[in-house]
This record gives sequence, C-alpha cells and structure tokens, in this order.
Amino acid sequence: MNETTVGKARSLGADAWYRFKKNRLAVLSLIVLLAMVLVAFSTFVIDWATDSSIYEAKVITQDLRRRLEPPSWEHPFGLDEFGRDMLLRVIWGARYSLFMGMAAVFGATLLGGFLGAISGFYKTADNIIMRLMDILLAVPTILLATAIVAALGTSKINLIIAILISQTPTFARVVRASVLTVKEQEYIEAARAMGASDMRIILRHIIPNSLSPLIVQCTMSVASAILSIASLSFIGLGIQAPMPEWGAMLSNARTYIRDSWHITVIPGAAIMVTILMLNIIGDGLRDALDPRLKN
Amino acid sequence: MRIDKPLLQVKNLKKYFQTPGGMLHAVDDVSFDLLPGSTLGVVGESGCGKSTMGRAILRLQEPTSGTVLFDGTDVTACSKRELKALREQMQIIFQDPFASIDPRMTVSQTIMEPLIIQHKMDRRDKKGLERKALEIMELVGLAPRLVNSYPHELDGGRRQRIGIGRALVLRPRFIVCDEPVSALDVSIQAQILNLMQDVQKQMGLTYLFITHDLSVVKHFSDEILVMYLGQMVEKCESKRLFAQPMHPYTQALLSAIPVPDPRVRMQKIPLKGELSSPIEPPVGCRFAKRCPYATSACTQKAVLPREIEPGHFVACVRAGEL
Repeated sequence: MNETTVGKARSLGADAWYRFKKNRLAVLSLIVLLAMVLVAFSTFVIDWATDSSIYEAKVITQDLRRRLEPPSWEHPFGLDEFGRDMLLRVIWGARYSLFMGMAAVFGATLLGGFLGAISGFYKTADNIIMRLMDILLAVPTILLATAIVAALGTSKINLIIAILISQTPTFARVVRASVLTVKEQEYIEAARAMGASDMRIILRHIIPNSLSPLIVQCTMSVASAILSIASLSFIGLGIQAPMPEWGAMLSNARTYIRDSWHITVIPGAAIMVTILMLNIIGDGLRDALDPRLKN
Repeated sequence: MRIDKPLLQVKNLKKYFQTPGGMLHAVDDVSFDLLPGSTLGVVGESGCGKSTMGRAILRLQEPTSGTVLFDGTDVTACSKRELKALREQMQIIFQDPFASIDPRMTVSQTIMEPLIIQHKMDRRDKKGLERKALEIMELVGLAPRLVNSYPHELDGGRRQRIGIGRALVLRPRFIVCDEPVSALDVSIQAQILNLMQDVQKQMGLTYLFITHDLSVVKHFSDEILVMYLGQMVEKCESKRLFAQPMHPYTQALLSAIPVPDPRVRMQKIPLKGELSSPIEPPVGCRFAKRCPYATSACTQKAVLPREIEPGHFVACVRAGEL
C-alpha cells in the first residue's frame, strides 16, 4: 500500500499523552518523580560498584561527636542524631519507599485486577469474591497491614505482602466496576456475534477498555502505599534501623524536634513531595484518560 | 412470489424475561419464513420486542422456547462449536454505531477481527488481512486513508459503514439489521440504506430489517411483519400492507406516517391509552384495550395469526369484516 494514502493514526493512548502534556503541573511532577526514581535506582548501582562501601561508611556509620549538626555547605541537609549525613540517608531511603511501594501496588494491581475482572464478568463468582473484598475493606488499611506484619514478622517481603493485601480490594472494586460497564457495551455483543470466546472478549475488548481507571488508581495507590510503609516503619513494624527508611527516620527524629528541626522536616518533606507528585500525576492522568473531559 | 426453500424458518419463538413483577413476554410466539435474498421488515413501537427477536434468532440472547431453522439447521439446538461455525453465516448490524465499535481498535482491526476469530485467515498474515480489510472498506465506501483511524475520529455514517463492513467480511448469507439507520442523520440514512441495498444485490444477502421507521421499511422490504407487545399482528407483502392494512393496529400505525404536503389533511386514527404492560399479559388480543373495534370476543382466548388471503397473515378476530 502507498504510504501517503494512509492517514496518521493516533491511538487513544497517544491521544491521552497529548492531553497529559498540556497539563504543565503534571508534567513537572512526572519529571521530578522520574528524577527521584533515577536517583533511587542509582543507589543500587553505586552499592554494586563500590561493594556497599559508601553505604557502610557514610549512610550507616555513626559519628556521635558531630550529632545533630545543622545544614552546612559540607552537609546540605545536616547530620542526624547519630551524626550521619541526612542527604545521603534520604537518597538511600528513597529505594524503600519508591520501589517497595511500587512492588506492592504492582502485585495488588495484578491480584485485584484479576479478581475484579472475574467477578465483573461471571455473576456467580461475583458474590463470593466481592464479599471477601468487603471483609478486607472493612478493616482500615493501616490496621490490616499492621496485623499482617505482626503475624508474619517484620521483613521487607512481609511488608510488601501486607500492603499488597490491604490494597487489593480497592483494585478489585475499580476493575469490577469498569468491567461491569464495559461488559454491557454493544461492541461486546458484536464480538459475541462474530463467535468470539469469553477469553478473547475479556483480553481483547474488556481489559483494554477498562484500563484507564486502573492506571489512575495505580498512581494514587503508590502514594498511599508509600505512606503505609512510612507509617509502619514509624511504629517500628517496617524497615528496621539502621536502614534509612523515611518513616523510620521521622520516627527516630521526633524526640529531637525541639532542638533540631532539620532531621524531622527533611524525611517528612521527602515523603510529602513524593506523595504530592504522585497525586498530581494521578489527577493529570485521570483528566487525560477521561474522554468526557476531552475538548 | 418465488418458490425457493426458505433460508430462515422461525417457529413459535418465545423470549421471556424474569422480572420482579413476573414474566415479561418480550417475544411471544412469533413464526415466519424468510426466503433467500429477500428482506423482511419488522416494525413496531419501541419496547415491542423487535430487537429482542433479532437477538434471539442469532442466539445472542437465549430464546425461551421455539425453533429457528437456518438453512435446515436448528440454531436453538446448536452446541457452542456449531454455533460458532454458524455465526459465519449469520451476522448483525447494530443500531448505535457509537456503542457497537470497540473504541480501542482501528478501522482495519475492527473489520479484520471476524476473520481472525473464525480462523478464516492467519492472524500473522498482516499483509493479507490488511488487503482484505481494504477490499471491504472499498465495498462499504470507506476511503483507504481511514484504515488506521480510530472510531472516535469518525462521524456516525462512517462508523456505521465500519459496522456494515464488519458484518460483511465473513460473507454471510443472513444479516439482522437492528435499526441500522435510526441513529443517523436523515441525509446519511439514505446513503447507508443505498449501500445496504447494493451489497444485498451483490452478495445475495437476506435481511431481517428491524425498524420503527415505516417510510424506510416501505422501500426496503419485500415483506413486512408488524409486531405489537411481543406478538406478530400482521405480516404480508410490503406493497399490500401499505395499500390494504387489515389489523386495526397496522391501520393506526400507517395513518400516522406524515404526508409531506401541507394541503393534504391526514386522516389519523388516534389510539387511546398507552402500551399495556408486557409483564404477565392477559389472554386474548393484547391490542384490545386500545382498539376502536374491540368486542368481547377479543379478550376471551388467544388470537392467533390467520392467513386471510395468500401470504397475508393477520392476528385479529374481526380481520375479515373490517
């Protein structure tokens, strides 16, 4: 076929990206977040290249003579209650919040998405799955995560599992709701009239069409997962000292809040900025993916 | 009239729905034959079960009882696999071109999908599939440059052409057209109807044409079936129905067609009351409550269609005398 006769195709995804780009705040947030992810990722590379020597020497090793030193040119974020560099600790801490939060949400998306798709599509499964989800939803997220960590023991994997389980019902609900709407669309009936199987209808028609609320939910959920990790670490059930997790840092620092503001404000600000960015991106995505707001 | 063997034979087709108030009789005991290459128009007001009937024939909704013979095969008794094979020969065109096309698929993907589902062509044969899609697009009057467009970029008329293309790509013999033009502008309606008539001639298609627009059906159908509350009230050749309607409901319906001439005074037959409920309807003629000619005989027992003259079926107790 002649190239020139073919019109330029713009898929809904490309269309959404075009609209997302117009939202400057969301693009800015995305850039900041990507930078944070990059920085967090680079710590793995540094640890691998230096055999964790920088981590051992600067992030963990205490220097009690210089404890609680305020921000200076040498240490822009100051030193903490054990004389460790706050900037490096915040940078090394990003990996826990970001990657564990993402891992938990990724798992919850798969599990919740699968359960939601099944209960939206098959009426008989709906009641059983959704009542189970209701039970999980009835318990406050943080309480549920606390209970799971307390039962399984404190480790990174258990922390991810706890947050994954507590996030799953939200995803199941979101996916089920959009599957229920999409299922009634005429193009599903059209596919059936062609002789398409249930599996094909779910994979080719229902999932692509119920993706947008799921994507938005994902971004928002990473924010709340990060908050959960920080909260659990704050109460001592998450990441254990001396690992520099933001919530744990905040928790340890609160004793010194009257004398040294910087060691509480800095990890708190790191948590806040991350969550704010994620929420702005989530809002931007929702606007970009919602065809009703399309101009 | 031709003496071919009918392509489609519908016998005592029923589709009931369970509702909190009782059984809803959406389609009640409809029977008809459809000859190959002909068009049967199905008319009736909204909610009378026209669309449900079309879907029950294709088993997009399971019929409650009755049989549908397609070229001798009983559609209602088919297994899943047999049904899938049959779908190749019976297709449907939907009313709303905005709802019936997957917004995430391009024009060519939508048109090619039936070929992939029915294993007519290898899904990896991208070139061949695209050639086929372009062929169909040309047939339904879509410019080749739209091949990679998404439905939201197109207007209603073009979308409906996609819907028609999708129905035609498997080269079916029978198509249920579920109000294919009622969602379109009047100017585009004519184009789409012409297109449908052209492909019918080219491919020898048989249509079951569901509509509430009498002026459309008049020019389009060989035969017309009038439905009222799930039942067939009258069926005969199109010309004869317009010249000589026998059922009081058909008469009222035809009298409501506007005449595009301000000087002509229309002789409308006003109907009293509303459509009665299709939930657990009483015995007898369902139209009796609104019928100006109703007698006590109308509500005593079920009124079945009678052949008043050859090929002209009327379900009315007083059919001969009115």
